[in-house]
Formats: sequence, structure tokens, C-alpha cells
Amino acid sequence: MTALKDSPLVLGFETSCDETGVGIVRGNTLLADAVASSVEEHARFGGVVPEVASRAHLEAMVPTVQRALSDAGVTLADIDAIAVTAGPGLAGALLVGAAAAKAYALALDKPIYGVNHLAAHICVDQLEHGPLPEGCVAMLVSGGHSSLLFVPDVTGDVQPLGQTIDDAAGEAFDKVARVLGLGFPGGPLIDKAAREGDPEAIAFPRGLTGPRDAPLDFSFSGLKTAVARWVERRERAGDKIPLADVAASFQEAVVDVLTRKAILACKESGADHLLIGGGVAANSRLRVLAEERAAKAGIRVRVPRPNLCTDNGAMVAALGSELVRRGRTPSHLDFPSDSSQAVVDVVVR
Amino acid sequence: MLLLAFDTATPAITVALHDGTHVLAESTTVDARRTGELLAPGITAVLTAAGRKPGELTGVAVGVGPGPFTGLRVGLVTARALGDALGIPIHGVCTLDVVAYQTKIEEPFAVATDARRKEVYWAQYTDRFTRSTDPDVSHPSLIAERLAGLPIAGEGAVLYPEAFPKAIGPRHPSAGALAELTIRRLQSDPDSLLFPEPLYLRRPDAVEPGTRKRVSTG
Ligand SMILES: [Zn+2]
Repeated sequence: MTALKDSPLVLGFETSCDETGVGIVRGNTLLADAVASSVEEHARFGGVVPEVASRAHLEAMVPTVQRALSDAGVTLADIDAIAVTAGPGLAGALLVGAAAAKAYALALDKPIYGVNHLAAHICVDQLEHGPLPEGCVAMLVSGGHSSLLFVPDVTGDVQPLGQTIDDAAGEAFDKVARVLGLGFPGGPLIDKAAREGDPEAIAFPRGLTGPRDAPLDFSFSGLKTAVARWVERRERAGDKIPLADVAASFQEAVVDVLTRKAILACKESGADHLLIGGGVAANSRLRVLAEERAAKAGIRVRVPRPNLCTDNGAMVAALGSELVRRGRTPSHLDFPSDSSQAVVDVVVR
Repeated sequence: MLLLAFDTATPAITVALHDGTHVLAESTTVDARRTGELLAPGITAVLTAAGRKPGELTGVAVGVGPGPFTGLRVGLVTARALGDALGIPIHGVCTLDVVAYQTKIEEPFAVATDARRKEVYWAQYTDRFTRSTDPDVSHPSLIAERLAGLPIAGEGAVLYPEAFPKAIGPRHPSAGALAELTIRRLQSDPDSLLFPEPLYLRRPDAVEPGTRKRVSTG
């Protein structure tokens, strides 16, 4: 039994948005990370359509499990425990993953953990950089989240420090990409366009950076509107839109605020490690600026590789594995999915 | 034979276990908002009640709707996952057919279940084994005339008495009946069993964005 607890084989399910993710880990070793995405089905709508995502999860579920098992070279009989995202996320999408995970757990007679998606985003870095340092700060930035968290213990003590009061960082990328006619999802497209541009060409606003603003909260809605206004004004005047400069200046405004607040969060909580996760963590400028500013402040940055930053099943399996190793109590089969699950609830029982 | 049957296409989360001769155990809870919480424990409950283990199951019967999508999908993904984990076949049955099978009358009738948004899922039957129309989704007032005079089974008749004055039971499908009907079909007409694909009958609500909205007024 001790050997099993040290490096349990865990099957993880993630269906909180448009990716059907099934991952398998043994201890902190990644064995499989199978993801089926319905992103192309949403592209023409300019954003994720919940019902389209839920339908796609149902179709992709069993094939994705089979792919993960074959990639890992294990069978279901080998699995020690199951973990699944209980929330937060799209309600209907979460339910498909939870129901599937419960069915596998029931059939295999294995423990199941209904876990918090944000804690999983943090824990996934253990697969790449080893055990998390005690008391690090995590910044999670994606189309769905923009949070700063203090993490004394990813299996039970995750404390919110700040979050967006309107749009998520990734949402701002999507909306601005649409204004610029670049397509969906916006993050990688803006990142690419920005490479040819001047980040200081246009002085876009930095939300919530005034002296009386909440120091660790974010706001990206005003920035998005400012970009749209700037572009409209140019269009009305019949001027050409300098796409690369707009993209670079917008990206700089987002990344400047994110990194500034992340470093401040580290200083305020006495953390010497900053972990960045979520789809926006793949942004090249964010990585560079975070490293630069963290180095100056004596803080170490940990960012998992891009395919572990976006939503995936391996991150859920990684958290499940940590929960098993720490001997945490599993969930009951009747645990609810919770679209607005609070980050302090790491496991739903 | 040990057949596990369940249906989640209506507010009833109903689960049963059948050994080929009898229903060994059945569990039904009516709570449409908690399908995801109640189905798996319901399955464990019927297995425990009958003193059986998941590994002894030889097949899964599942109601494929039509029904509100979120609950319906919980049932279908559960069936598919169990089928995969245990290596057993999954048999799909139209949920309206289960309700029809539960009626005990001899004359033609219809089944109508709640489709929300003031609509019903419905189909017509010549007898309790024979459906004569494809399942459809409609506003009750638009089909009241067509179904005039027919007894109506299912919750639709309870919800819309003006359109469907001749309500008969049952209100919801029972998994015990689903198991029986599945076994009958396996013996007499296996081709009538369906793939575990949901009968949505509606497209997802989604609008493609038109031209960009202006954000500024001046
Ligand atoms: Zn995420």
C-alpha cells in the first residue's frame, strides 16, 4: 500500500470549457495527456457556445479515455484513483465529465476526487518542475480566469488574493482580436501580430492601477473598449489600421498590469516563487516580462510548457495524485458539479 | 443476464437491475436539477440492494430521450463510460417508447413529455409496443387538434391539460420498464435497439455574430 501511495496511477478528467481532456499520471510523472478540442466548432460564433461544447464532450469522452490509456500503455484495471474537475466552468460541460468520471470510478471500484479547476492549473506544474514550493503565488490567466492566489498547500489551502472584476485576460485577447479581424481564439493571433509591432506606439490604459484601486484585482473591459474606440476613430478618418502596433500596444497593456500585480502579490505574501498558468501563460511577451521583473525582485518564475497551461486532463490527474499521496479523503459519488466553485474549495465531497 | 437500466431524459432519475426474468431492484428520484448527483449513487444502490457487483453486469440499457439536454447527456455518458469500463454492450431505447410500454391500454394514444420552453416532446402510438410517428418537439397548442381525443401519457398531459385533456399515466418512465422492454427487443427484434446517441431534436442556441457593434457614440 505504501508504494501505491507514493506514486499512484491517476486518471484525470477535465471538461470545464471546450476541451475534453483525459490525462494519466503516475506520481508526478506524466504518462498521457489526451485532449479533444471543439474550438473549431465555436470559431464562427466568436466564442465558446456552451451547448455545442457539451455535445462535443459527450462524443469525445470515451475515445479520449481510450487514447489516453493507449498513450500511457496502461489499462483501466491498473488505475488507482480518478479525479475530475467539479468546477468552476460551464455547468453543462462540467456535468458530462463528472458523470463519465463517476461511471469509471463506480465500474472500477476506485476512489474519485471532484476537484477545483484552478487548483489543478497550479498543481500541473509539478509534472514539469517537481514539487511546488510551500507558499508560492499563482497567477492564472486564460479566457475564463484572471486570478492571483496564495498557495500554502494546493491540496487544501488556496487563498484568493485578487481577480478580474469584469473580463478575463484571455477574453480581452479574443475581443480585441475580433475588433482587428484576426479570428478566434485571439491569444496566439495577437501574440503573433504583436511581434512586428511597437508596444509603445499607442498608450492604452492600464486598468485598476490608480492609487485608490484594489491593488491585486484586474479590469480589462476598459482596455478592450479603448482599443475598439481607437480603431473606429482611425477607420472613420479613412486611415489604415496599423495592426501590428495596435496588437503590440494592447498586449503590452495587459502584460504590464499582470506582471506588475503578480510581483506585488509575491512581495505582499512573502512568496519567492511565482507560478503562471492558464492559456494566456503561453503568451511570449508575458513570459519575457514576468522573468525580467521577477529577476529584479529576486523571485523565481515557474511556467509549465504551453500544452500544460491550457485546459487538460493531466492537470486534474496531477492534483488527484497529490491528493492521494497526502491521504486526503475522496469525494462521495453524489458530489455536485459547481459552475462557480470557489477556489478555497479544492475538493468537493 | 444482469442488465442495468437507467433513464435521465425526464425529471425522473430512474435506475433498475434486471436478471432476465425479474426486476431485482429499482430506484427512482424525481429531481431534474440533480441528475449528475443522483445517477451514480442510484446505480450503486440497485447493485447493493441486489447483492451484485459492477463486474457482473452483462449489459446497459439507456433511455436516449428526447429530453432536456443536460440531464440526458448525464445518462448517455454514464452508459458509454460503463460500457467502456466493463466491456459490455449498451442498448439505447427511445424514452417515449418506455412511457408507452408502461401504459396498459389497448387503444391508440400519444406520449408527451416536458421539453421546457413551453414545448413537449411527443409521439403517437397504435399500441403500447408500436410507435407510429417519429419523436418530435412542439408547442402543445399546435398539436392539440391533431391529438384530439387521444389519451396522453407522460408529464406533458399533466403540464398542459388545456391541450391534452385526456391524461393517463404514467407521468415518468421507469427503469424497470426500460429493462423489460430492452429484453423483449433483444429477444424479438434486436435491430430496434438504438446506439446510445441522444435524441436532441433541437439545434444548440447559437448566433453567428453579425457586423461589429460600435462601442462609441461620438
Ligand atoms: Zn482553465
